[in-house]
Amino acid sequence: MDNGVAIKNGGGIRALVTALGVAVICALLVSYTAVTLRPYYIANLEAERDAQLASILSALSGAAGRISSADIEMRLVDLDSGAYTEALDPLTYDAGKAATDPAMSRPIAPELDLAGIKRRPNYAVAYIHRDQSGAVRMLILPVYGVGYQSTLFGYLALSEDANSVLALKFYEQNDTPGIGARIQDPAWEAMWPGKLVIDEDGNVRIGVARGPVPAGSPDIDYVVDGISGATRTSLGVHGLLRFWLGESGFGPYLARVRKGEG
Amino acid sequence: MAVRPWKTLTAPLISDNPITLQILGICSALAVTTSLDTALVMSAAVISVLALSGTSVSLIRNYLPRSIRLIVQITIIASLVIIVDLVLKAFVFEMSKRLSVFVGLIITNCIVLARAESFAMRNGVLASILDGIGNGIGYGLILVAVGAVREFFGKGSLLGTQLLMTASQGGGFEPLHLMLLPPSAFFLIGVIIWWIRSKKPDQVERPEYRIQEEPGGDG
Repeated sequence: MDNGVAIKNGGGIRALVTALGVAVICALLVSYTAVTLRPYYIANLEAERDAQLASILSALSGAAGRISSADIEMRLVDLDSGAYTEALDPLTYDAGKAATDPAMSRPIAPELDLAGIKRRPNYAVAYIHRDQSGAVRMLILPVYGVGYQSTLFGYLALSEDANSVLALKFYEQNDTPGIGARIQDPAWEAMWPGKLVIDEDGNVRIGVARGPVPAGSPDIDYVVDGISGATRTSLGVHGLLRFWLGESGFGPYLARVRKGEG
Repeated sequence: MAVRPWKTLTAPLISDNPITLQILGICSALAVTTSLDTALVMSAAVISVLALSGTSVSLIRNYLPRSIRLIVQITIIASLVIIVDLVLKAFVFEMSKRLSVFVGLIITNCIVLARAESFAMRNGVLASILDGIGNGIGYGLILVAVGAVREFFGKGSLLGTQLLMTASQGGGFEPLHLMLLPPSAFFLIGVIIWWIRSKKPDQVERPEYRIQEEPGGDG
């Protein structure tokens, strides 16, 4: 096919000059846009994190009185020891990035990897609400794990005993709309408040049942009904709670809080 | 080629529609049409990329050696897509999260490269802009139609406004979950193509092969 004068083959020099010119102009335009728009993007990310926190706080307003995000203290927790660490600034700490950084995370043995996340960051952020005397009144912990076809990200709020659930809220998931996505339904979220994480012997018992929890079941204080039709998503929530509240997750930290060392 | 601005702009809307006639850009049409608002934003993104890539390619077409034209076109398109993606992330953050990877995939949307290579390389700047906008709108029309149907029947809402109360909200409408899954877009686009071709029989493709009767063959 002849395209007329428009696209005759030029010499090598001409091809080089044209390619170079286009590349330089494109690079300049892209860099300029990226640099100019970056502040907006950062602001959006921060607003989103605040909104997530605000939404869990407003869900809890009934349980713990009105709390605003200004009353929340962010602390970085060393998950292995369960102690607070000052190694990094919790405000700028990015747990998602840390989870893929070999220096900031470690692999989880497959038999312990109930959340299906393969690597666990060394640090995690805990959001703490204290009363006037400085005692912990509420803890909010980030939890995540693999559901059916996406990773579920949520916040779990515990009351001052670091054992009874105030709320579980997933803010990001991409499971099947109308089925697995019902973990974000207010009706399902409403089953969580009051559930306990561990029993008297210290075993992690919190979880999600397969189908409805039978009346009189010994687990009734710890588990909620599974979502019918969403077995994998329900199992995902079950696994991620068991992981993050167990020994490999926030277990050591929660033990310290229960001893009054929060 | 004589420039007929109005024809250049309107031909790709129905009669030369990039999705239904040229069958291009199907991938994103399946992915981003679960609701009307994503379809609208995606259409706007594709319209701007098409208009700007048409302009740029047309501007340099007389300086562009044939041997490197495709890689140069792709460079221009990729840069424009990155810029559009950055703009979306800065100003409509929620939306850009929902469109996720599909904005970046405009680079591989066949419509964009097809218009650059087959139109902008041979036509003036004005005609190329109009062609880009026209094809973008043609793509957008299908996206919006499919997005509206899928959102309405899949969730009972339009642009996020609940129009029918679903059963789980205490109303009488049982949402069609199929509408929220990618295959439904495939069916809907098929229905649109069938409808357009039944109105415009000249679009019907001639079969490439006919089954031959083979007398005495044992199959």
